[in-house]
Amino acid sequence: MLKQKHLLFLKGYPKEDIEIILKTALQFREVLDRPIKKVPSLQGVTVVNLFFEDSTRTRISFELAQKRLSADTVNFSASSSSLKKGESFKDTVQNISAMKIDAVVMRHPAPGSPKHLTEFIDAVVVNAGDGTHEHPTQAILDMLSLKEKFGYLAGLKVGIVGDILHSRVARSNIYGLITMGAEVTVCGPPNLIPRNMIDLGAKVTFDLDELMEWCDALNILRIQKERMGRPLIPSIREYRASFGLTLERLKNHKKEITIMHPGPMNRGVEIDSEVADSDQTIILDQVLNGVASRMSVLYCLCGSQSNELVKK
Amino acid sequence: MNVKKIKKDVVLKDGLIIDPFSQESFQGSIWVKNGRIAGVGDFEIPKSKDSKIIDCSNKIITHGFCDLHVHFREPGEDDKEDLESGSRSALAGGFTKVCIMPNTKPPIDSPELVNFINQTGKKLPVHIHPIGAVTKNQNGKLLTEMSMMHKEGAVAFSDDGLPIQNGGVMRTALEYSKLLNVPVINHAEDECIRGDGLINEGKISTHLGLPGNPDIAESVMVLRDLELAVYTGANLHVPHVSSRKAVDHIKRMKSKENKITAEVTPHHLFFNDTSLLDYDTKLKVAPPIRTEKDRLALVEGIKNGIIDCIATDHAPHRLEEKETTFDIASCGMIGLESCFGAVNKVLCKEHNMKIDKLIDLLTVNPRKIMGFKRDLFSIGSSAEVTVLDDSKEWEFTQKDIQSKSVNSPFIGKLLQGKVLYTITKNFIASI
Repeated sequence: MLKQKHLLFLKGYPKEDIEIILKTALQFREVLDRPIKKVPSLQGVTVVNLFFEDSTRTRISFELAQKRLSADTVNFSASSSSLKKGESFKDTVQNISAMKIDAVVMRHPAPGSPKHLTEFIDAVVVNAGDGTHEHPTQAILDMLSLKEKFGYLAGLKVGIVGDILHSRVARSNIYGLITMGAEVTVCGPPNLIPRNMIDLGAKVTFDLDELMEWCDALNILRIQKERMGRPLIPSIREYRASFGLTLERLKNHKKEITIMHPGPMNRGVEIDSEVADSDQTIILDQVLNGVASRMSVLYCLCGSQSNELVKK
Repeated sequence: MNVKKIKKDVVLKDGLIIDPFSQESFQGSIWVKNGRIAGVGDFEIPKSKDSKIIDCSNKIITHGFCDLHVHFREPGEDDKEDLESGSRSALAGGFTKVCIMPNTKPPIDSPELVNFINQTGKKLPVHIHPIGAVTKNQNGKLLTEMSMMHKEGAVAFSDDGLPIQNGGVMRTALEYSKLLNVPVINHAEDECIRGDGLINEGKISTHLGLPGNPDIAESVMVLRDLELAVYTGANLHVPHVSSRKAVDHIKRMKSKENKITAEVTPHHLFFNDTSLLDYDTKLKVAPPIRTEKDRLALVEGIKNGIIDCIATDHAPHRLEEKETTFDIASCGMIGLESCFGAVNKVLCKEHNMKIDKLIDLLTVNPRKIMGFKRDLFSIGSSAEVTVLDDSKEWEFTQKDIQSKSVNSPFIGKLLQGKVLYTITKNFIASI
């Protein structure tokens, strides 16, 4: 169905494949509105969720997607694993692979780890976030949500504000959106924006108000303190003053922009509660679209051609 | 590769002799008798049955190569390499003399350990010279007993792998080293600026989402060390220069009045950071592989004489240390076997350098830095000879590796120029 065997990174991912994934996701989105939300599309397919890094929403989202598709799923998390007994990454994944599985959904703190995984096993690999590198299914669900809201992606102006340096969400969104013809501008403290952002195709501004005047939709990211070796921002108060989406800031702008957040949110830091709960956000739509997008990705990569897509 | 004790005389017949000491090249033969040079150029070829004659027509006969920067892992990690396997690796690369870095387990930081290396190395077929640690346990604080270590045979001092962060300690080490007139070699990386950096900071690191290690992490420390070397008047050797900025600093500070030298590795000359786009852990190294601009600056630095020599930074690692995710993979690669083919390809084939100049970088230049004997082709000298075919194009494979470790990014690469024979310590290696 897709040109690609895996979904590792959105960098260089073919536009046609992204289009197929988005189109299929819309169909699954419809399934999720039915009283019975389960389809037999991946019956007999075994998927392992390999989580080497903590996750709540992404993991639940993938698990639900797999259950809705009738796939068999197994969960593995680093805390309950043999990694603590000193087993290497290669041995861990080869052992799991030896049990005849069809696909692996992996989250891992090391950038590039899904690439290494494909070198060690034959199964289909879906990247559920590799450290500070990419998070392709998040970008697909973001694009699906934008498409749902605006009806198009080509020509759409999307702003991303926050800790861009440590954000896999930002990278995947930039690659995906630019492939689909959208424009992206990132915004944040200069030391939290990689020096070579322009090489990824995104524009850069340090002025959130300017960005809000320009964009149609704004994706808000949190500060990833856990990935900073040493403090990179002076204080939360200082950050909020320049880069927080406060109610006051939102009111000062006449243009009504759509607000997104991949979660988890830090209310009162990068986004005010009143803003988060307002009609301008599509944050909970993103969550539901996350399930549909992941169903689509798994189906497009693992589903056999003969399977009917949404058999009741 | 086949290594044999020389029982007969050996005559390397009718090759192009390049003598980097006299800076002459001429057609002729070389006669090795009882491990010593017995004839050079035109002499009557001994006809006795005891002579092994090797036809060297269309081949180059030159000094054995000398590498100032290798890691042989003994003591402590002899599953990766030991002095014996390291020697074989050296012979396969045409090297007859190597200086080994002290970051073993334990580090070579005492006269006793220097003596251990020298005793173990004596019976091996290449000349192995230990470099002593600058500071006790390589902790960057207390100086080692440099003078006593020197007496036992330490030829230079370095905490390689661990940059000396404290400028005061570096100053003291340089000043103290004047007692011995040997180089201090500092792995130049400012650890605060480097942070968690894993590859060169730039376009590629941004794409890959890997923390960047900027060129200035190297160049600011190179500049500090250069200032200290000029200030103290001591010998400073800058290892594995990787960035254009560091080359520029060396160019500006190096003069006839001071004793500043520098080396470049084959991997920094051969690769640029676009080779890392697939997260190839074989290319993870400190300092990192940098941009094409940096690579070309290294080539220029060599051509202009700013860089004095090639050194491999041969760093064996077990396969499992490389077959893992990029963040925890070990730094470094082996480099002795592939060295000549790689640098000859880059410098002579692609950048039109003369082969004699390249041979200087592998023979007399590194020997001069360490104060080793350089007139190797004078009659009676202990024979250290390498025979090369500089035009042969070949694919480097795992079979070409003599090291215990196979962590080479050159596997599968086309190289230009091959080492055919290495003669040293009355051994002959046919590669």
